[in-house]
Amino acid sequence: MKETRILMGMPITVEIPGDGSVQAAIDRVFDYFKYVDEKFSTYKDTSEITAINRGKLTADNYSEDMREVLRLCEQTKKETDDYFNIVTPAGSLDPSGLVKGWSIYRAADLLRGMGVKEFYIDAGGDIEAAGKIWKVGIKNPFKQEEIVKVLYVQDAGVATSGTYIRGEHIYNPKDSNRPANDIMSLTVIGPNIYEADRFATAAFAMGKPGIMFIENLKGFEAYMIDRNGIATMTSGFGPYTKEPEL
Amino acid sequence: MKKYLLSLLIVIAFVGYVLYQRGTNVISIFNENDRHPVTIPSSLASPVSTSESLPSATGTPPATVTPRPQTGMYKDGSYTGPVTDAYYGNVQVKAVIKNGKISDVQFLQYPNDRGTSREINGQAMPYLTQEAIQAQNANVDIISGATQTSIAFRESLASALSLAKI
Repeated sequence: MKETRILMGMPITVEIPGDGSVQAAIDRVFDYFKYVDEKFSTYKDTSEITAINRGKLTADNYSEDMREVLRLCEQTKKETDDYFNIVTPAGSLDPSGLVKGWSIYRAADLLRGMGVKEFYIDAGGDIEAAGKIWKVGIKNPFKQEEIVKVLYVQDAGVATSGTYIRGEHIYNPKDSNRPANDIMSLTVIGPNIYEADRFATAAFAMGKPGIMFIENLKGFEAYMIDRNGIATMTSGFGPYTKEPEL
Repeated sequence: MKKYLLSLLIVIAFVGYVLYQRGTNVISIFNENDRHPVTIPSSLASPVSTSESLPSATGTPPATVTPRPQTGMYKDGSYTGPVTDAYYGNVQVKAVIKNGKISDVQFLQYPNDRGTSREINGQAMPYLTQEAIQAQNANVDIISGATQTSIAFRESLASALSLAKI
């Protein structure tokens, strides 16, 4: 079964091969994303992150999930030479660049905990694919309805960072006047969606050198499309594009 | 010089997209470094004109394929698209139509590379593979991508071509 709902401002799709008996598991995943949205949405007046940004919540009173996310944000900032930074140009905290991948990862854990082995979760184009080989297309950044690469992935995360319609929302944190726009999109394959997503976000913010950052990261591969429509791939990316023999 | 090469690449990639809609013949070109062969779809060659004959089980000679005459989609002339905001700068293109087909796309405006990015490009990632992106069969389970914008180039060219439409 496959179901799509709009949550966290994006379409989220869950597919679990099987009959109606998997519906409960699918519902559980959507409930979880709803919970995450209530807590981490910077667009919601009632969210915990909004309360923090308004100075209404002291660090002692942060929820456990908030502490974990902020800790992971701090860790990622260090690991990416400060390119991953949740402090916006306006000075408030926006951990959404990490929360998306983190929540997909957590939702996937929920499914595994329920004994579901084969599934994928796709939240706004960031994917955790488990249990079997799933075919993942990379969207053409110049043409929404077209894909330019097909990947064969299993038990891995695939995340794409790019320039967004809502505004170029990934900034180069070392020069906030300059959006990270040398490249159109950067797709990262990693051991899970949490890892793939946070490094895709950071590497995208680096601009062209981002592909070298992924190249030097063990267990990660990437496909970068620049504004001229030229793609650069890391040295271990190729095997993901070959259809496995059955 | 580098700017022209860059522009040419964009033009090639874009014309590739346009032509892909109209045919699946493939020609090979080389990118700016002439090192990594890339392939773009093209229908520049006459459609369905095969030079190889297919083996025939019955022994009858292969049918002769007559190339269709080129009718062309556009009126000949030069057409200038509007200045379009590509966020990192303005893009404006001029499409030149000859014999009903796009013969050239020229940049009237194109953002200059910043010094920093030129320097980075100069280092040119010594051993990573590059290719021109190319449309694939959309038969997939899932699609990974960000919702994109920055299609200023396409917009400007699309407008220019709409002026040329017969």
